Amino acid sequence: MKKTYKIEVDCANCANKMEEAAKKTAGVKHAVVNFMTLKMNVEFEEGAEPKVVMQEVRANCKKVEDDCEVFI
Amino acid sequence: MSKKQKKMLFRIIMAAVLMVILQFLPVTGMIRFLLYMVPYLIIGYDILIKAGKGIRNRQMFDESFLMAIATVGAIVLAVFKSGDYTEAIAVMLFYQIGEWFQSYAVGKSRRNISELMDIRPDYANIELDGKLDQVDPDEVEVGSTIVVQPGEKVPIDGIVMEGSSSLNTSALTGESLPREVSVGDEIISGCINMTGRIKIQTTKEFGESTVSRILDLVENASSRKSKSEDFISKFARVYTPLVCYSALALAVLPPLFRVFFMGLPADWGEWVYRALTFLVISCPCALVVSIPLSFFAGIGGASKEGILVKGSNYLETLSQTKYVVFDKTGTLTQGVFEVNGIHHNKMENEKLVEYAALAESASSHPISKSLQRAYGKELDRSRVTSVQEISGRGVIATVDGKEIAAGNNKLMNELNIKYIDCHHVGTIIHMAIDGEYAGHIVISDVVKENSREAIAALKTSGVEKTVMLTGDAKNVADQVASSLGIQEVYSELLPAGKVSKVEELLDKKPARAKLAFVGDGINDAPVLSRADIGIAMGAMGSDAAIEAADIVLMDDDPVKIAKAIRISRKCLRIVYENIWFAIGIKAICLVLGALGIANMWLAVFADVGVMIIAVLNAIRALFVKNL
Repeated sequence: MKKTYKIEVDCANCANKMEEAAKKTAGVKHAVVNFMTLKMNVEFEEGAEPKVVMQEVRANCKKVEDDCEVFI
Repeated sequence: MSKKQKKMLFRIIMAAVLMVILQFLPVTGMIRFLLYMVPYLIIGYDILIKAGKGIRNRQMFDESFLMAIATVGAIVLAVFKSGDYTEAIAVMLFYQIGEWFQSYAVGKSRRNISELMDIRPDYANIELDGKLDQVDPDEVEVGSTIVVQPGEKVPIDGIVMEGSSSLNTSALTGESLPREVSVGDEIISGCINMTGRIKIQTTKEFGESTVSRILDLVENASSRKSKSEDFISKFARVYTPLVCYSALALAVLPPLFRVFFMGLPADWGEWVYRALTFLVISCPCALVVSIPLSFFAGIGGASKEGILVKGSNYLETLSQTKYVVFDKTGTLTQGVFEVNGIHHNKMENEKLVEYAALAESASSHPISKSLQRAYGKELDRSRVTSVQEISGRGVIATVDGKEIAAGNNKLMNELNIKYIDCHHVGTIIHMAIDGEYAGHIVISDVVKENSREAIAALKTSGVEKTVMLTGDAKNVADQVASSLGIQEVYSELLPAGKVSKVEELLDKKPARAKLAFVGDGINDAPVLSRADIGIAMGAMGSDAAIEAADIVLMDDDPVKIAKAIRISRKCLRIVYENIWFAIGIKAICLVLGALGIANMWLAVFADVGVMIIAVLNAIRALFVKNL
């Protein structure tokens, strides 16, 4: 399953770091952060609950870049 | 300017003013230190906090960390040695100015580009008891009737039921000429209704309509990253730690070397200063921001011209295109068969076409359609009695009591009628009336007006080879190709034959030269996906084309192919300029910093100045109108 989320982040390098963090989160098969449109496309693993996984993704993103937001 | 940006601007101005005032205050010692700390903290407190959090979360090597280390280091040096605090404050100040500018420029171009692509209709009008009701287009069911008033966007694809108007399609196609529609015409969402009020019966749901598909495509475009973008993010991951360790080495190794091997004083201050300069230069932000921005701007600029690019990677491949392979029908020709000549006839042209149209009126073959079009009037079918269709030959019908035979030379041979062969290319319909030869009608596909210009434009844009593939007969294909100036032709191909021909060409070409296939997208889907890059033309309303192709030209104009290639070349040129410029300047400054020639002011330029220039350069990719 694929879903798109709006994000808020200031610099392009931070967006890259968020992408890395999201990819490493359990339950995420693939993630792409688009700095220009401020969107995060997440492809979830089979059977993963997007809402739960996204909370994790958000927490992991906050860890690598304090000044970011993922709108779930 | 967002609230965040306004606040930052205020902090920048405050810190700058304070710094200048402090220059003129004759204070020394502790008070001087404390006074200078005020502008430093005003401008840099968030960076220090961020750096602290980064260390706690084990995310050491980010920009904030570098800036914090460099400026704190400079302050420590100032306390013990020079007493010059301005340097630390200035570095932080310029860093923040750079960040501010970047966020402003990116935000602005983000808005500009989104506006270019803003074709999303907000509502649809539904008529209820003579009154118009505005509803969410998502809620309109297929087959409903909606009203579009002058000045409004057409929200959903459909067919005009009532009224006529001109439509502005420029948001979709980049074409400035309005398109006229009247009752019975298909209408595509995303156009702007200009003159008259029209009623439309919807044929699709909003989510399936042209406008939604295009928006979806464009919004996701820059998520498909190009090789250059991947390179930059990998580069940034290696580069920052590398520079940090080099800085550490620069601070520690030379002084130790001096002490133990050369017997000189260690001179720690000097080497630590050089290492700090190193850190300031090291930030990779110029690259990390400007490369995606260039692609984003390039894709945005192209979409304004009616060229939809599905991803940055395709823009990159397109720029390396050396081979362009065309499908003939519908791409270089209009795909509409027209009566192109009437020869050797004894009666008037109109009369002959009228008989032919009537005789063929029972058939749904494209040929009969084009005859009806050429006749141009309503057919009175009651004049036709007894139609006999002979497959692969033609028809024999009785019209107005006369026996009309219309068909190819085989039919004429069978009827023992002497016919005159035609030297023109196309489908020839011989006509015989009551057993006597009455001349023939030539029907052929018409080459698009600007196909020739399109091929010439491709050649001047650096395309080495143009190839045409077609299922048509050899003589037709050769004639079209030579009139357009196409170098290679392969004719009489079945759809599967087109795929294998393209594969053959892919094998033969050098790896760096990319092959683009241009088709009208309806039956070319396998070839479009097999080529390095698939370009679909005239995609207004064709879902298959939007699905299968990598690049979609919204209108039928083949000249846009060369334009798309030029846009991609410009965009990629900017990307490479930025990569070389940013890495080059940084490398030079790093060397100068290590040698002790560059001070922190130069380092700030290498960081912030390079970024500003790279961002401004990236925005140039948006301007593609006169390419």
